[in-house]
Amino acid sequence: MQVPTVDELLEPKLQFATGNEAIVYGALLANCRFFAGYPITPATEILELMMKYLPILKEGYCIQMEDEISSLAAIIGASWNNYRTMTATSGPGFSLMQENIGYACMTETPCVIVDVQRSGPSTGQPTKAAQGDIMQARWGTHGDHYIIALYPNSIQENLWLTIRAFNLADKYRVPVILLSDAVIAHSREKLVIPFQKNVELAKRVPVTIDREKYHPFRTGYTQSTKVPEMDKFGDEYYTHLTGLTHDIKAYPATESAEIHEKLVRRFYEKIADNRQDIIRFEQKYIEDAEIVVISYGISSRTALMAVEEARKKGLKVGYLRLITIWPFPHDIIYELSNKISKFIVVEMNLGQIYHKIKEHSGSNCEVDRFNSIGGKIPHPKEIMKKIKGGPIKDEIID
Amino acid sequence: MRSSTELRQKYLREELLPTLFCSGCGNGQILNYTIRAIDDLNISQDNLVFVSGIGCSSRLPAYIEADGIHTTHGRAIAFATGIKITNPDLNVIVFTGDGDLAAIGLNHFLQAVRRNIGITVICVNNETYGMTGGQLSPTTPVGYPTITSPYQNIEFAFNLSFLAKAAGAPYVARWTTANSRQVINSIKKGLQKKGFSFIEIISPCPVSKKQFKNPKDYLNFFLNETVRYSSNVNNETSARMFKDLNECFTGDYLGKIIIGEIVDVEKPSFHELYKQLKERSLNEFWKNKAK
Repeated sequence: MQVPTVDELLEPKLQFATGNEAIVYGALLANCRFFAGYPITPATEILELMMKYLPILKEGYCIQMEDEISSLAAIIGASWNNYRTMTATSGPGFSLMQENIGYACMTETPCVIVDVQRSGPSTGQPTKAAQGDIMQARWGTHGDHYIIALYPNSIQENLWLTIRAFNLADKYRVPVILLSDAVIAHSREKLVIPFQKNVELAKRVPVTIDREKYHPFRTGYTQSTKVPEMDKFGDEYYTHLTGLTHDIKAYPATESAEIHEKLVRRFYEKIADNRQDIIRFEQKYIEDAEIVVISYGISSRTALMAVEEARKKGLKVGYLRLITIWPFPHDIIYELSNKISKFIVVEMNLGQIYHKIKEHSGSNCEVDRFNSIGGKIPHPKEIMKKIKGGPIKDEIID
Repeated sequence: MRSSTELRQKYLREELLPTLFCSGCGNGQILNYTIRAIDDLNISQDNLVFVSGIGCSSRLPAYIEADGIHTTHGRAIAFATGIKITNPDLNVIVFTGDGDLAAIGLNHFLQAVRRNIGITVICVNNETYGMTGGQLSPTTPVGYPTITSPYQNIEFAFNLSFLAKAAGAPYVARWTTANSRQVINSIKKGLQKKGFSFIEIISPCPVSKKQFKNPKDYLNFFLNETVRYSSNVNNETSARMFKDLNECFTGDYLGKIIIGEIVDVEKPSFHELYKQLKERSLNEFWKNKAK
């Protein structure tokens, strides 16, 4: 029987779609053909739709695994069959995935992990939005490592950033975490589904050298990048992957400080060298701003409302939205901090990115914060009070 | 048939030899049996993927000239599931130990059996955690002293083959490292099964288990204290059980090591059923499209 194309399946058109749906459409357009997941509120619809769509597509497979640990394990394994692979979860499942996120970092396996954030810790409030996993996304797995994390703030951007997540994962051979939250996941908005020909798809660094000379973790054969060329299972290159510290031949080298440092520093450098390509942010009303409100994800929507309200009142307030959360866009923070007098960091946690902003701000810039947890999206009026300088809550003890 | 030297040249990464295994360890024998089974079946090295978790036996894939993935503790079968589903043409072989498979990874094992994923799992069961120095494992017989059961183990052991049988595996065999021919044949049979195959090999760890002074004692133990499986013992849940903890070393066993082919049946594999599922999904898709 004839297999439909993605365009035939999705029928590009204007839709009134949820954030979770947009992630699925983005993944399919990005040629994701393997998904493994485990049901969890508020991410479950991604698994449900993948179960519906993937079998229809050529070489598409989807499986509901026994837990989140095995879901990530399965997509890492499948990634080595030259598949673009994804899993989706929320806080409790994201905690379980940390073990294999480290494994994906160590073996430099491209994969996309969606974390639809809900209130924690533990089971918390399953249906309530939160932004409490920002630091876990960066530092959840043990040891020095680097990941990329993106955080859209609309349904349409969910689609584009999902595609971008796959591209970055392949280009830099790193797990990419796509952050979302319960509100973006379940809200409906206008969504334009593009034709696949209008979607830019990046490629993995292909193997350019003979089998005899090929070492799986050597870099710089034909390109100056610090991302190694990637073979796949079932080809003539015999690659042995391991979570142990390994040399360029991928052989375990657990006793050598030198090899370990070289390897782990390269994980950092391959991202750091490409910050320009990876980092995206959105800024508005910055020109003459004296105060800049910084936010990301769902809370940036109300933060922008507050900024626009302030502008109407003639207050010189600017808006900065982080789209790439990790690597952290410290250049723009430093640059702005030398021009303005105050940052206000609006987040749905008790202060996570706030500390990064403080770390990278010049000494003349004050950093204030507005935090809201329990599923309450920061109200523009409350943010407004903060802009006007009023303390809303007692200072949080860090 | 290739000689040992030829097999070593063809299948092993000689620059990594000698292996890190202790003298008297069963892993070398099991590697030998696996390579011979693969060679007998003429399976292309390009088409092989070895998957393992953490532990002594999980270090085996590193020595083989083929694709290999040494994963996280207990998760080998979950990785193998993703690999096999997205490329059913690959021969996926999992090396795992009793700690890796039966403790931290037991759920993944049982779920893969239930799904009938077409992978071959070779479990090197030495009834202890060898890599960390001989701790209690879920297959340590009741009554054994280990360094984490200094006053004798009071927990009953899993018989992994009977677990696999209960979960519905279409091929299960259980041997000791002393049964060379039988192990090779079982691995060959397992590799030819379309669904899940499980080969459990009771293996010596002379370093951790002090009751066996040398490999020869172990070999004799395996040859003398095993009984061939028959339908009479299919309710057996523990490999060895002692009437009384004090009988541990008296040799007066209630049950011995059960060996043999435990299951060999035909059953549709995940991949065959998924093919049909894909057909159904397409049917429905075009039917809805026509509406």
